Amino acid sequence: MNNLVYLVPLFPLIGFLINGLGRKSLSKQAIGAIGSATILASFVVSILLFLQVKSSGAIIANYFNFIDVEAIKIPFSFQIDQLSSLFLLIITGIGFLIHLYSTAYMNDEEAPHFARYFAYLNLFVFSMLLLVMGGNYVIMFIGWEGVGLCSYLLIGFWFKNDAYNYAAKKAFIMNRIGDLGFLLAIFWLINKLGTVTYGDVFANVGKLTPQDITIITALLFVGAMGKSAQLPLYTWLPDAMAGPTPVSALIHAATMVTAGIYMVARTNLLYTLAPATQGFIAIIGLATALFAATIALKQNDIKKVLAYSTVSQLGYMFLGLGVGAYTGAVFHVMTHAFFKALLFLGAGSVIHAMHHEQDIRKMGGLNKYLPITNITFLLGCLAIAGVPPFSGFFSKDEILAAAYLKNPILYYLGVVGALMTTFYMFRLYAMTFQGKFRGTHEQEHHLHESPSAMTIPLIVLAILAVIGGFFGVPEVIAHLFGASEVAAKQSHWLEGYLAPVFAASKALTTETPTNSSSELMMMGVVTGLVLVTIAFTWNKFSKYESTNAEETGLGKVLENKWYIDELYNAIIVNPLDALAMFLKNVVEKSGIDGLVNGVGNFVNYSSRQLRLIQSGQVGAYILMMVLSMLGILLLWINDGTIVNFLHKLF
Amino acid sequence: MPIQYYIYLALSLFSIGVVGVLTRRNAIIIFMCIELMLNATNLLLVAFSKMHYAAALTSNAATQVGIDGQLFVFFIMVVAAAEVSVGLAIIVMMYRNTHSVDINFLNRLKN
Repeated sequence: MNNLVYLVPLFPLIGFLINGLGRKSLSKQAIGAIGSATILASFVVSILLFLQVKSSGAIIANYFNFIDVEAIKIPFSFQIDQLSSLFLLIITGIGFLIHLYSTAYMNDEEAPHFARYFAYLNLFVFSMLLLVMGGNYVIMFIGWEGVGLCSYLLIGFWFKNDAYNYAAKKAFIMNRIGDLGFLLAIFWLINKLGTVTYGDVFANVGKLTPQDITIITALLFVGAMGKSAQLPLYTWLPDAMAGPTPVSALIHAATMVTAGIYMVARTNLLYTLAPATQGFIAIIGLATALFAATIALKQNDIKKVLAYSTVSQLGYMFLGLGVGAYTGAVFHVMTHAFFKALLFLGAGSVIHAMHHEQDIRKMGGLNKYLPITNITFLLGCLAIAGVPPFSGFFSKDEILAAAYLKNPILYYLGVVGALMTTFYMFRLYAMTFQGKFRGTHEQEHHLHESPSAMTIPLIVLAILAVIGGFFGVPEVIAHLFGASEVAAKQSHWLEGYLAPVFAASKALTTETPTNSSSELMMMGVVTGLVLVTIAFTWNKFSKYESTNAEETGLGKVLENKWYIDELYNAIIVNPLDALAMFLKNVVEKSGIDGLVNGVGNFVNYSSRQLRLIQSGQVGAYILMMVLSMLGILLLWINDGTIVNFLHKLF
Repeated sequence: MPIQYYIYLALSLFSIGVVGVLTRRNAIIIFMCIELMLNATNLLLVAFSKMHYAAALTSNAATQVGIDGQLFVFFIMVVAAAEVSVGLAIIVMMYRNTHSVDINFLNRLKN
């Protein structure tokens, strides 16, 4: 089995090469088939690896020395353990569904662009696989940069639109800021430990001082902030919606943005040893969750709402990591991947039917025209809102329960965020699918359910979004349904599966006993509040009539995203622009150009003056010759030192 | 005869040559002035050669010191002869083209 490991990233790489190099000659059917089949092949190998890891533990495959200088040896190695095998399944499984969906969604593109799209998508999957399979931080960093690049390429996929290119650049630069932190953390590790291989780092963690651990974890978290769109580096993710919708589903919701979660979960031992960083992560995560949720309340672009909801959910995952609920965070990554991919693909189906209209104020009543999309989207909304027994309930509840044990304030704020999530998701659903159609007659005439290549992924993801939660049923719920003591202990399957990865961290933390009756009561209260919110939202927005009234007060601030983009423009972008203009107009034009042109002008001028000596008068030449010879003679006679000087010179 | 007299003579010949080259415009006269300078040099070479020989002869009857100076004079003569033949040919050609031997007509390389 060990020799199968390299196949997982190899398949998408082959797909990328074929589609990328053959984009001028392949037909669209062939492109779609190659793009999807390679990911399917990876998925099959991933399942085999998953079963292998499940039965006999982690696999470490060393291939060659990637960097080998003096004392530093960084191998090119893959580590497939419980955590990465789970991510492999998510990436290749959801990746395959989205590839399949894309074959229909992107069908309007011409063949070369269609091939370019699939090549990028395959390259993205390849990079993401490197990221989660890498056996050390350097290999992870290669994947980390690779996904950033693919994200840039795919956001700017329709490169003829300047606004999209700007969004792509924004995403890339924001990510680079985070990447710098990651890179510094790697350097710090190499400096202190001389190794970046996970196993060696965690085994030698005793050699690090607490300060070192705090700095390394904080720097790593800066990397995670950029990639996973946390405050204050989140603004790129909503803009990333410029890319095609399946890309938003795959990269900007289900996989790439969870890289930060993966990295922190992978480094869980260091984080457990750095409580200061953990507290910081919890605060940033919660702040992001609430902040993004408030923005989502007032957005009218179907994809923007989902984008802010992604930022908000990522905040929950970081809250989980910050309070030490590593399993909960990974669990939420998994369930979130299911329902957010579903919601994005559903939104894609709506946009497809509406001929690229994304404003929900111009939709409404789509449940009659798009029955499958309607039902699956509703299931996705129920899952993200956390209605039991849908998947979001279990994962979000686990994070919130862990937050409660750490600090009840975190819990209460988290619940407020969850209610806001419910509100904006059902506002989105009701305005899109309920009520009566508010678009043009022409649009209404063209409304149609999407082809099966798009609805099948929706159905599969909807099933996963519904049942995904049962991989991690909390003990109290199992008790409630009369499971035996032993069965209840094993009801949280995911926790048992991931236990080896988090074992070292768990040994360091003291288990706080949970009060099962209060836990049940909290679940009940939250569920009740969620249901009330759903009813309220449904009532308010299902008969939505478009009004032209301007938002006022707080609503206007929220609609404009707290003016954060304007703030960043004012304090960072514009000063940088001004500096660049100064360098360009003043330093470059009069400084550098002046110097270079000055040298040329000087040579020109002096040669023009020297030319005058060449008069063509033979007598003048001879006179000059004689005078020069006389001069040399006089120097020789009068002052030997000058002659010596000339000797030295020539 | 003291060496100084030779030097003074050679110096005056050379200076006449230099001034002639600088001031005259007639190509043939310039030519003659150049010859004058060459011969001033020859005269000096022979004079110094003789001086060294005479000095060396007092200690060694079979000495050959100074012979190279005399040899060099012959070289210069040969070179001067070659130069004269080429130079005069040029002057003849120049006269054919311009009907003049004034070097100021030669200040243009083009045409």
